[in-house]
Amino acid sequence: MSLSEAKNNHDPGEADLSDIAIEDVGAASVDKNDRARALASFKRDDRVFYWLTRLSALCVLAILGGIILTLIVGAWPAMRTFGFEFLWTQRWAPQLKPEPILGALGPLYGTMLTSFLAMLIAVPVGLGIAIFLTELCPQTLRHPISLAIELLAGVPSIIYGMWGFFVLGPFLADTFQPAMIATFQHIPVLNSIFAGPPSYLSLFNASLVLAIMILPFITAISREVFNTVPPMLKESAYGLGCTTWEVMRHVVIPYTRVGVVGGIMLALGRALGETMAVTFIIGNSFRISSSLFAPGTTISAAIASEFAESDGLHQSSLILLGLLLFVLTLFVLTAARLLLMRLERREGVAS
Amino acid sequence: MTFNNILSLALVAGIATSAATSTRAADITGAGATFPFPIYSKWADAYKKETGDSLNYQSIGSGAGIKQIQAKTVTFGASDMPLTVEELKKDGLVQFPMVMGALVAIVNVEGVKSGDLTLDGATLADIYLGKVRTWDDAAIKKLNPSAKLPTAAITVVRRSDGSGTSFVFTDYLSKVSADWKSKVGEGTAVEWPVGVGAKGNEGVAGNVGQTKNSIGYVEYAYAKQSNLVYTALVNKAGKTVKPGNASFQAAAANADWAKAPGFYQILTEQPGEASWPITSATFILLHKEPKDKAATAAALKFFSWSYEKGGKMAEELDYVPMPDAVVKLVKTSWEKDINSK
Repeated sequence: MSLSEAKNNHDPGEADLSDIAIEDVGAASVDKNDRARALASFKRDDRVFYWLTRLSALCVLAILGGIILTLIVGAWPAMRTFGFEFLWTQRWAPQLKPEPILGALGPLYGTMLTSFLAMLIAVPVGLGIAIFLTELCPQTLRHPISLAIELLAGVPSIIYGMWGFFVLGPFLADTFQPAMIATFQHIPVLNSIFAGPPSYLSLFNASLVLAIMILPFITAISREVFNTVPPMLKESAYGLGCTTWEVMRHVVIPYTRVGVVGGIMLALGRALGETMAVTFIIGNSFRISSSLFAPGTTISAAIASEFAESDGLHQSSLILLGLLLFVLTLFVLTAARLLLMRLERREGVAS
Repeated sequence: MTFNNILSLALVAGIATSAATSTRAADITGAGATFPFPIYSKWADAYKKETGDSLNYQSIGSGAGIKQIQAKTVTFGASDMPLTVEELKKDGLVQFPMVMGALVAIVNVEGVKSGDLTLDGATLADIYLGKVRTWDDAAIKKLNPSAKLPTAAITVVRRSDGSGTSFVFTDYLSKVSADWKSKVGEGTAVEWPVGVGAKGNEGVAGNVGQTKNSIGYVEYAYAKQSNLVYTALVNKAGKTVKPGNASFQAAAANADWAKAPGFYQILTEQPGEASWPITSATFILLHKEPKDKAATAAALKFFSWSYEKGGKMAEELDYVPMPDAVVKLVKTSWEKDINSK
């Protein structure tokens, strides 16, 4: 039976209802017309609604396309001049006449390294906090800790930058960095990764501040999705004699994987693009050093520092850096999607 | 500190509209260098009290100031680095020096007070090239035989943002060190061989203040107001000089502006026994054929007033007023080049 037939079957009842609504008119034929008109108006409203929402969605695409287009137009002179060499040139010499030599290797390296280190620190800690909050935390503590995490997420990035500059940087340079340098000074490889002199402004400090900045994202989202796990699932696992760790590992995390990965990706996105805090504490040096305690730069920090006073090819190169960050982010997001799809497919095969 | 930067960024965006919509003829709008901002705003205050005419100056940086005047969105642009004669000609601009200032090298070495340490240009360049790496390097010891200097590594601090201050500093290093000139050269943003970059004078000062055994460069007025430890420098004549009004004025007096077409002159490394080596003028840019003649005439009135009555205010803020002879040259060029009637 089709939908319209179903509607017709219900006609008498509905007619009764509309009779009540339009009692004054009374006549049955008029009644039918009104119903048709009312239905048409519903249909029209639905269409308007459909187009409004569709337009909103298309807006996103238009804006995205516009951004990509402006970036490409702005970056074109640099692309034409430097070509793909831009990607692996380490020199950043805007002062050279007649033509500057500019390359993205330094900022690219800094962006990826700081984001990687920040994720390395923030993901385990963030998930740990979320697990504690949802599974182990006494009820009285749960609320204050959750609130604190949300407050951390709301702190403007410049505050993290100033804190990193005035508090964390000096602390690390005076205590942590000398200790690390002394510990690893005779171990090959490690002694070049942890090479001195200690610095207030370094890739390592920037990574640490980034880790603190993205922690709330990972925690807040993981906590939300952990809370969506049906209690029956967990209780069954506990009933089988699972430890808390085993419940997390085999029940909660598999159940919430998509949400958790989503949270981590959001955090990674923020780490890749974070500007003000990083500009404050990374040292803004385009040279690549093997040491984590050496200054470096990121794409967004380089743009923030130099854009205002740049022109010509220099400015175009900064825009090209922005385009690269865009591509990098897109690449990371796509990789995450593919990873999730593969995980889901494998799960499908297993079950 | 950074709030200023954020503010100026916002202003870059805002100024185009604000300048376009200002309709009152007596309102003079200008934009550019951050270095002379304190004295321009002080002059503007005093000028408004005296004449009722107000000046709206946005310190958005030299490069941005040049762009604004090229785009004719402001009455005048201000820049720490002069434009060459060809660049002026291309956009139909006139340029003249407004006021002078100086840069100092600031250090954070335990036990060293302002003026205790002496550096010369070559050593300063070698520190910024990464050739002189520790404070007890022979080159520094030779200049300071009696000073107790640590064996610690030197942390070099420089500007991360493009800046007229960096331009003046690297111009100085290029003049005193052939090595610097060939390897790095001068510019508002250059390929720094070593060091950490910090934003603005405040950033450099903050980093040097916090980091032991560090060195940086800032404007003298800034160093003095923030009680930073600055060094003495050896000038072109081979004499050790300390920063201060006397040595700045000596450098200014020795500059020959008459021979500089378009007032293109960078005042670093001026001759004279008492001259401070890193002195610089900051410049005003105007259109030869201004769109809004009344505004340009009002601006010229303000500049003229500032030359005449602003000297003392400038000295209070550790700037150096332009010598009378130079002012005369500037006014002649106004008569000749600017059509504001």
